[in-house]
Amino acid sequence: MFKILQKSLSVGSATADYPRIAPRLAEQFRGCPQFDFAAWSDARPAADACPTGAIAVRDRDGLRQVTVDYGRCIFCGECEQASADGAVRSTRHFELAAADRRDLVLTAEYMLHPDGSHAALRSSNSGPSSEEPAKRIAEAIHNLLGRSLAIRQVDAGSCNGCEQEIVALNNPVHDIERFGIHFVASPRHADMLLVTGPVTRNMELALHKTWAATPDPKLVVAVGACGISGGIFGTNYASLGGVDAVIPVDVYIPGCPPRPEALLHGILLALGQVPRANRQNLRIDITDKLFSRAVHEVTGR
Amino acid sequence: MTTFMDEIRQRFPQQVRSVDELVSGQFTVLLDGPDATAIARHLLTERQARLVSVFAEDRVHGEGVFYIYYVFDRPGDPTWLILKAPVPAENLTFPSLAAEFPAVNWQEREIQDWFGLEAAGHPNPRRVALHDNWPDVHPLCKDFPLDTVLPPFEGERHIYRPAHGEGVFHIPVGPVHAGIIEPGHFDFAVAGEPILYLQLRMFYTHKATEKLFENLPIHRAVFLAESISGDSAFSHGAAFCQAIERAAGIEVPARAQFMRTILLELERIANHISDVGAIANDVGFVIANAHAGRVRELLLGLCETLTGSRVLRGMVAIGGVRRDWQQAQVEAILSTLEVVEREFRDLVAILQSSNSTRERLERTGILRPEKASMLGVVGVVGRASGVDLDLRRDHPYAAYRHLPFRVPVYQAGDVRHRLLVRIDEVGESMQLIRAAVAQLPDGPHRAPAHPIPPGRCAIGAVEGWRGEIVHWVRTGEGNRLERCKVKDPSLNNWPAIVEAVEGNIVADFPVINKSFNLSYSGTDR
Repeated sequence: MFKILQKSLSVGSATADYPRIAPRLAEQFRGCPQFDFAAWSDARPAADACPTGAIAVRDRDGLRQVTVDYGRCIFCGECEQASADGAVRSTRHFELAAADRRDLVLTAEYMLHPDGSHAALRSSNSGPSSEEPAKRIAEAIHNLLGRSLAIRQVDAGSCNGCEQEIVALNNPVHDIERFGIHFVASPRHADMLLVTGPVTRNMELALHKTWAATPDPKLVVAVGACGISGGIFGTNYASLGGVDAVIPVDVYIPGCPPRPEALLHGILLALGQVPRANRQNLRIDITDKLFSRAVHEVTGR
Repeated sequence: MTTFMDEIRQRFPQQVRSVDELVSGQFTVLLDGPDATAIARHLLTERQARLVSVFAEDRVHGEGVFYIYYVFDRPGDPTWLILKAPVPAENLTFPSLAAEFPAVNWQEREIQDWFGLEAAGHPNPRRVALHDNWPDVHPLCKDFPLDTVLPPFEGERHIYRPAHGEGVFHIPVGPVHAGIIEPGHFDFAVAGEPILYLQLRMFYTHKATEKLFENLPIHRAVFLAESISGDSAFSHGAAFCQAIERAAGIEVPARAQFMRTILLELERIANHISDVGAIANDVGFVIANAHAGRVRELLLGLCETLTGSRVLRGMVAIGGVRRDWQQAQVEAILSTLEVVEREFRDLVAILQSSNSTRERLERTGILRPEKASMLGVVGVVGRASGVDLDLRRDHPYAAYRHLPFRVPVYQAGDVRHRLLVRIDEVGESMQLIRAAVAQLPDGPHRAPAHPIPPGRCAIGAVEGWRGEIVHWVRTGEGNRLERCKVKDPSLNNWPAIVEAVEGNIVADFPVINKSFNLSYSGTDR
């Protein structure tokens, strides 16, 4: 017993104070990739390299539609490697959680050279911003429960990668209980379901029953690329894709797996305790300037 | 090896049609028909071989047959021996080995479910991979499209065997469990506290992984391999890359071999340390788990420094690794290990100071060595029950042949010894990493890109932290895959948990289960 106390005293507090203090990230940490759409000379190599289809290219009538979906991205960095022009860069951004699925999608439209590379950017957009539907529920929960929140985690088919990082929320470093948030054994005791995916055919019923057993008001947070969209597994004979294919989702947390701070960010976002992810984080700021120049070059206006 | 093959040919002149040595490190013996029983029995009983994996492949288009593959590991020989038994499309049966060799029980039933072949004479031919409420489909047949939309499921998912008697009850648990763990269903038949009989129902997380591999460009398939079992991302990724490298004859540069070794051992240490904490936690020793969680964070921080990912994703690549290390990163390995080693020693001392913890772990959840070898148990669980196997030693890959390490083996087979195997292995892995850092060669970290020849079949095998991970691939045209068979160590180890819990009290199930710590996703794929 003395040994145990001695050890605890010698270690002291191990807890990191996120989100008050930014986490210590390794210099090498790969967060989400950033896209300088105006400087991007060809999206096809990145789309070909992307293992999950997060970067998709569709050519029609001499125009190219490029879609970037952070809800599918596994942050592997292959798009950066594949794009020789430096228009795609891995960043260390990880606070990507969003209440609106559409906020995770960027689009760009290009005019093309005959060889299929980009001649000019016609338009780009970062998806509509909307009010948080979660906020109302978060307020209801806040009024009812004060600072306490009980989470029931549901693995609806995950590879166990997300579970590892969710378990890490309980360790002394991330210590989610300092927010009054704790994990509970039964959905009947829960205010929030933290669901990983893809939702398999075999887990569909169990997920639905778990959701039905959770008392209102309740929040649902979809975790990881698979929980948001099916990720690398997508939709197939055994997988229904993302969590929102089965139950309504309030907040989406991208990542593969999302690091514990990203999970905390998403959970706190659902509770209305942190500001929404800054959309500009996802884009290189000069994009708009370059965009106007590209428009000028194409249209002469 | 040639003499060994000559003996097999002489002994079974009728059955052996040809021997394929195209790919190094493995012999594939084509049989003249679906019956591999005689040769398998000879290898398993007279040659002390071990049946590592049994799986099938649909080659009806082109060859008019399905193939059943039997992968054998023979003591003292690192060359894999693979029997390849054709099953004609007109008569879809093959003789079952399960009655004689129970280790193949689930694997043969998987072949039935995935391909619609019949394992004739199987003592329990019920579905294992497809739940009972699935329609009559066979998803790994080539004519079954990946994106098939199946009708809503009806009926019972699985009929459990009833247990009767005064005071006998069933306790159904899952698939959504109380903790933050993967889904599966456990049906306990209990008489009071002691467990009479445990029935398992897995495959809740089946997500078509092997089907997804089919026709996938190989450079993308590496990432799918990393998602087979998220806690073993690097091990599964490395096993897949090794299979492709063997198939294509790609020479991985020495530096990459050492870097892979270091990362494989870091994955082992990080998972073992969290298991040590979790086992303590499940018998109420919460403070030990808190320390383990803290130490694990140090390791994950190091993993992030070395690969950009806390869980080692996006690093392993065909021909080596994706990113090289600067000197500062290599130094971070040694400085982090120094802290982790000290902290882990303190953690073990704290654990051992608690008599009540020892009481709970000793003689709990015993898996006897005879049962373990009969069921083909591998990895940590096997080594705690006298099964002396370790692919790092028996089928050396990466840089293991250049590095010294000891393989801990115990006979007692209880929770405490599964814990001890982990504690010993953490120590061995630290020495391994230090030796690998000391010998880390200069040079390229990745072989130049290389077209992958089509039609090659090869095995990649890695001793993950749980046990042996085996991938078997067939390459296709245009740098794509035709088939990737994945065998996670958990597949063989799940049935052993049924043996280990028998007669134990229900309250000890969590700690027994944790001491096995098997992968659901790796099993279900």
